[in-house]
Amino acid sequence: MSKSVGLQEEVWPELERIIQEHRGDRSALIQVLHRCQELVGYLPREVQVKIAEGLEVSLGEVYGVVSFYSLFSTKPRGKYRISVCKGTACYVRGSMEVLERLEKELGIKAGDSTDDGLFSLEVVRCLGACGLSPVMTINDNTYGLVKPDAIPQILRAYRAAGVA
Amino acid sequence: MAEVTLTIDGQQVKVPKGTTILQAARQVGREIPTLCYLEGINAIGSCRVCLVEVQGAKTLMPACVTEVAEGMTVLTNSPAARRARQLNLELILSDHPDECTTCPRNQSCELQALAEKMNIREVRFRGPRPNYALDASSPSIVRDPNKCILCRRCVAVCEQVQGVGAVVPLERGYRTTIGPAFHEPLLEAACVLCGQCVVACPVGALYERDYTEEVWAALADPNRHVVVQTAPAVRVAIGEEFGLPPGAVTTGKLVAALRRLGFDRVFDTNFTADLTIIEEGSELLHRLQNGGPLPMFTSCSPGWIKYMEHFYPELIEHISTCKSPQQMFGALAKTYYPQQAGIDPAAVTVVSIMPCTAKKYEAQRPEMNSSGFQDVDYVLTTRELARMIKTAGLDFASLPEEEYDDPLGISTGAGAIFGTTGGVMEAAVRTVYEIVTKNELPGLDLLPVRGLEGVKEATVTIGDTTLKVAVAHGLANARKVVERVLNKEADYHFIEIMCCPGGCIGGGGQPITRLDDAKQKRMEGIYQVDRDLPIRKSHENPAVQKLYEDFLKEPLGHKSHELLHTTYKVRSRFGSVMEHV
Ligand code: SF4
Ligand code: SF4
Ligand code: SF4
Ligand code: FES
Ligand code: FES
Repeated sequence: MSKSVGLQEEVWPELERIIQEHRGDRSALIQVLHRCQELVGYLPREVQVKIAEGLEVSLGEVYGVVSFYSLFSTKPRGKYRISVCKGTACYVRGSMEVLERLEKELGIKAGDSTDDGLFSLEVVRCLGACGLSPVMTINDNTYGLVKPDAIPQILRAYRAAGVA
Repeated sequence: MAEVTLTIDGQQVKVPKGTTILQAARQVGREIPTLCYLEGINAIGSCRVCLVEVQGAKTLMPACVTEVAEGMTVLTNSPAARRARQLNLELILSDHPDECTTCPRNQSCELQALAEKMNIREVRFRGPRPNYALDASSPSIVRDPNKCILCRRCVAVCEQVQGVGAVVPLERGYRTTIGPAFHEPLLEAACVLCGQCVVACPVGALYERDYTEEVWAALADPNRHVVVQTAPAVRVAIGEEFGLPPGAVTTGKLVAALRRLGFDRVFDTNFTADLTIIEEGSELLHRLQNGGPLPMFTSCSPGWIKYMEHFYPELIEHISTCKSPQQMFGALAKTYYPQQAGIDPAAVTVVSIMPCTAKKYEAQRPEMNSSGFQDVDYVLTTRELARMIKTAGLDFASLPEEEYDDPLGISTGAGAIFGTTGGVMEAAVRTVYEIVTKNELPGLDLLPVRGLEGVKEATVTIGDTTLKVAVAHGLANARKVVERVLNKEADYHFIEIMCCPGGCIGGGGQPITRLDDAKQKRMEGIYQVDRDLPIRKSHENPAVQKLYEDFLKEPLGHKSHELLHTTYKVRSRFGSVMEHV
């Protein structure tokens, strides 16, 4: 069976162990997906195939769950994970324009990562900082009252740090 | 069983506890509209076009999933219920393409029919139309997610009836679509291309890949000698497309229609069904005498073959090596037939009329070219042929009864019953018994393997051998039998499997019907064909006997192996991306 280039060989035994613990138990699917994502960082096709095999469910069932919950990702996350809030307050105060601008500047859609592996972009629910809406986070940094026009400058700072 | 009394639209009715409002309303002659609901398969209460008013309830209730209660008062046609149903239908229509006139389900679409029934003359809301790419990756089925109303009937059928799970809900919210994992094309998924999802779909989101234009072109080409074969299950179903009841035997009209469409020869797959019995019966005897591998599975259903290749490749050598009757026909139509008729095999085009979408895929398998050409050029479903007949302006119901052409049109009752679950087994027993015992089989009807029960068993005494056989149809049923074989819990010698529920009569290429008893009626039609034929045993087919004398020489002989037998592939149950394992 082919393994993806990005996936390190070392994770397979641990992955195998997690899956073995729940062999044939379809009710453990979400839990197993969680642990595997923690281990690998994301859930590539071959990891999902392993899980389907181990839990004795169809690949469709696994992928259906993975694609339903936004916390699961099928692509490696970027070095800098950008999350844009789509909670009601942020939405009303223009977070979608922020998102659009990010998509334009990065050349990717929400849910994707840039080819250089530097950035990934996702949409999240209320971050609990509605007073600062619209809100976005980049890794552990929170940005409030974000204006679309401020995006290029923010990104520039990370780019500089990222390639340094 | 406990009974419940309730009132529906002012009429009292008594029904068993557990009955839904939908079913109870039928008893007082009220048909409540439904869309996501599919009897016995899908009841998820999601589309809400079946809302009714239940007195005392805070909200309107979906009739398809709400069980009746003692003393309940239901209004199926109150202004509130009617308005809510209309509104919900309009919401479904709000992002639906306006393509009825060019849609493959034009006039057989449940959404269209409902819009008419509910008198929708205007859609007050317009959402953004989805713009997904068509999935025409497979030669069998086209997926058009733009027309999908997310009813999940296909998901339920694929999972529960077929046990395959090739199409599932993906993503969520307004991005939800139905398709294979990773949005991969159907051809790359572990889908067997049976088309059960197609016949379950209420709308034009899933349909057969249409080859009628290719066939019209061949018919119009004076340099092509176009021959056609008709599968056993087509003759008892195609009438439904022209207002005849399910199961009406229309063999002669079918032949007449094909001749009028311009086919040079009208032949019958039943001929090669008889031939299959000789080859497969001989193979079974060979396996019995030479230590197996047993049990032997039948091989005439291409959906079943693909299923085994994906899900149980370790059992591949248990499958008979016989090609399906369609493919045996193709191989002979481009070797034996042109030789007999004195024509150039390169000029022959072979068209099949099949109740099946998987047959389209089968015809294009790379193994299926033992004549030196692709053995079967085009496969049309029953539905596609019906469309050609309509296009040609033929009044099917009033066509005269005509006969098939010689020699590949001659067949027996044993070939005819291939069209229903249990038929191959019954036909095989009729022949194997007489080959082994050299005595006439006392009664021809093998009743324990008839009928629509999912798994059937029988024991047949043939000389001093006791043959244990099993029959299953629908892949979820097949899987039960296969698992028992795998776990060595069964001691069958011979197992017939048909991919589709009911066998070919319930194939994914058959006329789409919601009549409960359509399968039963088509099955009765098949047994009527059998009863009415003068010869009912494959080995007594004179054309098959002559084929062996003049051409094949002997069953399982050199020529048979070359033309009539095949090999199988190992595939992955996680789709063909992994096919190189
Ligand atoms: S699916 Fe039905 S409603 Fe939609 S375009 Fe086709 S026929 Fe019309
Ligand atoms: S063709 Fe058969 S196996 Fe494939 S998705 Fe449809 S029902 Fe499932
Ligand atoms: S493809 Fe057809 S059956 Fe499947 S969910 Fe869509 S509309 Fe329903
Ligand atoms: S809505 Fe964005 S932080 Fe609450
Ligand atoms: S038919 Fe009842 S909710 Fe869809």
